[in-house]
Amino acid sequence: MGEYLLEVNNVVKTYAAHRALNDVSLKVVNGSVFGLLGPNGAGKTSLIRIINQITAPDAGEILLNGQPLKPEHISQIGYLPEERGLYKKMKVGEQALYLARLKGISAAHAKVTLKYWFEKFDILPWWDKTIEELSKGMQQKVQFIVTVLHEPKLLILDEPFSGFDPINANLIKNEILELKDKGTTIIFSTHNMQSVEDLCDEIALINKSEVILSGSVKNVKESYKNNTYAVTFKGNLIAFTNALWTSFELLSNTESEGIYTANIKLLGNATVNDLLATILPHTQVIGLQEIIPSMNEIFIQRVTAKNGTSHE
Amino acid sequence: MNKIWLIIEREYLSRVKKKSFILMTLLGPILLGLVITSAVWLTLEQEDQQIILVYDEAGIITANKPLSNGEKVFFINNQFENIDAALNTFKKSGYTSLLYIPQNIATSNMCVLHYNQLPSLSTQKQITYEIESQLDDYKLKLFDIDASTFRKIKSKVSLSTVDFKQNSTEAYEIELTVIGFFFAVMIYMFIFMYGVQVMRGVIEEKTNRIVEVIVSSVKPFQLMMGKIIGIAMVGLTQFTLWVILSTVAIQTGQYLVLQENYGASKISAMQMTQEMQDEAMKTDVQASMVLELLDRINFPLMLGTFLFYFIGGFLLYASLFAAIGSAVDSESDTQQFMMPVTLPLIFGFIVAEMALQNPEGSAVFWFSLFPLTSPIVMMVRVAVGVETWQLLLSIVLLIATFIGTTFIAAKVYRIGILMYGKKPSYKEIWKWLKY
Repeated sequence: MGEYLLEVNNVVKTYAAHRALNDVSLKVVNGSVFGLLGPNGAGKTSLIRIINQITAPDAGEILLNGQPLKPEHISQIGYLPEERGLYKKMKVGEQALYLARLKGISAAHAKVTLKYWFEKFDILPWWDKTIEELSKGMQQKVQFIVTVLHEPKLLILDEPFSGFDPINANLIKNEILELKDKGTTIIFSTHNMQSVEDLCDEIALINKSEVILSGSVKNVKESYKNNTYAVTFKGNLIAFTNALWTSFELLSNTESEGIYTANIKLLGNATVNDLLATILPHTQVIGLQEIIPSMNEIFIQRVTAKNGTSHE
Repeated sequence: MNKIWLIIEREYLSRVKKKSFILMTLLGPILLGLVITSAVWLTLEQEDQQIILVYDEAGIITANKPLSNGEKVFFINNQFENIDAALNTFKKSGYTSLLYIPQNIATSNMCVLHYNQLPSLSTQKQITYEIESQLDDYKLKLFDIDASTFRKIKSKVSLSTVDFKQNSTEAYEIELTVIGFFFAVMIYMFIFMYGVQVMRGVIEEKTNRIVEVIVSSVKPFQLMMGKIIGIAMVGLTQFTLWVILSTVAIQTGQYLVLQENYGASKISAMQMTQEMQDEAMKTDVQASMVLELLDRINFPLMLGTFLFYFIGGFLLYASLFAAIGSAVDSESDTQQFMMPVTLPLIFGFIVAEMALQNPEGSAVFWFSLFPLTSPIVMMVRVAVGVETWQLLLSIVLLIATFIGTTFIAAKVYRIGILMYGKKPSYKEIWKWLKY
């Protein structure tokens, strides 16, 4: 097994006049959680559909485990689409069995595995109910089960938490991590940046049909921090401000019950030690922390910047 | 391949197990059986005793012998001053009805039955028959003709029409086209009923949003074909069950009715008069004509072509219905796209109706070859007899066309099922074909 489970190389997809994917390349490390991010209409779903062999790329190639995608690979991929649902009038168990068998599992094997998952999710009593009798959350649980039932090597989850209450969302989150521990590679597409930070090892940000940012979550965030620190202190704000010399720039400050928090950017070669040395004589420092941008901020920054330039 | 079977299985079982399917399958033949049985029953229905007061004004009918009584029909002769007096008596009496044979019966051949309750058709027939035979006897005597001679010379002609162009010794009857038309109606009905079911199924999968889950496991083409084939099998199942159950229902019904009417009269049948035997013979002749007609229909060919045109026509139309279903989000949006698909279907039905009268017309000829109408129109022609090359040409054209429409429909379907929101225009669907 190679380092990368999935490699997308220079994929192009065009719909009539619209280019949905333009020379998109990315690599997903085996056993990792990979965040596929981007605003609506950026081309995420197009890419996911190509990986699922629902549509074919116009150019470029996709390798799964080093091999070009083949119909047999379908059974190795589990896909939870954003637009998802089940047959409303079909019984839960029957339906899960059907979908499992479509993925290529034998009926007997599917039954055993289904029992395991239904027990785990505490929905075994629902086996003979029809889907429309279930609550939305219950339906989502069934939907999640049929996605992972065939033990796929690659799991593609598009907005997996929509439709879940916080308790069930957490349940799913833990399931995802458990699957990861068992060696499943997961591609995770969402607009919920907090969950990206919680779950993802690496990300790729797609905007306007192109990958504009990729790498590990840590590296991406590191590369977007801009030497800014939050200093919490007691004392006189004016004295504090006056003490700052040209190497420091006060970006903003807030005050709450006599305690100030100031965001300060270090300019030039100034270090944190320089900053502390400068302000210590004037204030009582309570805390100091480097400000690392959230994925949310990075997302907004990159996407709006990109859109901005394209309008010029 | 295995997966397409799974889809066929689900589409088939989920529909066959539905209560509405079972109900329709049972109710259809029962209704048909009821209609036919009650029609038979009505014609055979025997009321309680019919005591008929007969007023033979001129006395020519009842002069020699009274009208002979039947099993439950009794004639009582009486003389009155005029019809009003007869009616008066009838009003006060307990007679079932009053038979008035006017003076001019020999020339007018008309008589009147006044009734309290309308006697059954068979009773009416019996009355007519009695008067006819007595009138015959009267006239025979009047013109001095021997009764046995008369029976010998009395001729009954039936007209048999033979197609000159067909260059065959066999004749065809209008009845043959009726049988063909019956099959044509079945095909028309099933294409419509089950074609729309395909469309509904596609829309259901789309609005349920399950379609993307499924096409990540199977190819859209497999899903579409699985659905079409599964539903075609539901249609064939229903048709087969209808045929079997209808046969059973009709035969049971007839058996019950006949049992009731003729069970008790078996003995008296032996005492049937010569005339009644003649009458019975006549019905036998009619029955044997029907049998002969049925013999003349090549049933293996008929059923074979029915199966072919049902499947071929269904594949053609169902793929178009599937494409429509994939393009829209709800059934109310289908109107605009349904028109061009249902139009040829309805047109085929109209041409098949025309073929009832004239199965050799040139419109019928062309539309029995044209693949969008041939499944319906050709059935009528097959019943009457069609030249082999025409049948083969029509079959080849239909196969070629359904491969073509399936191919096009699959392209629309592939894109359509994953498109949500706005209803597409024809122009957009045209674009999908080129993706």
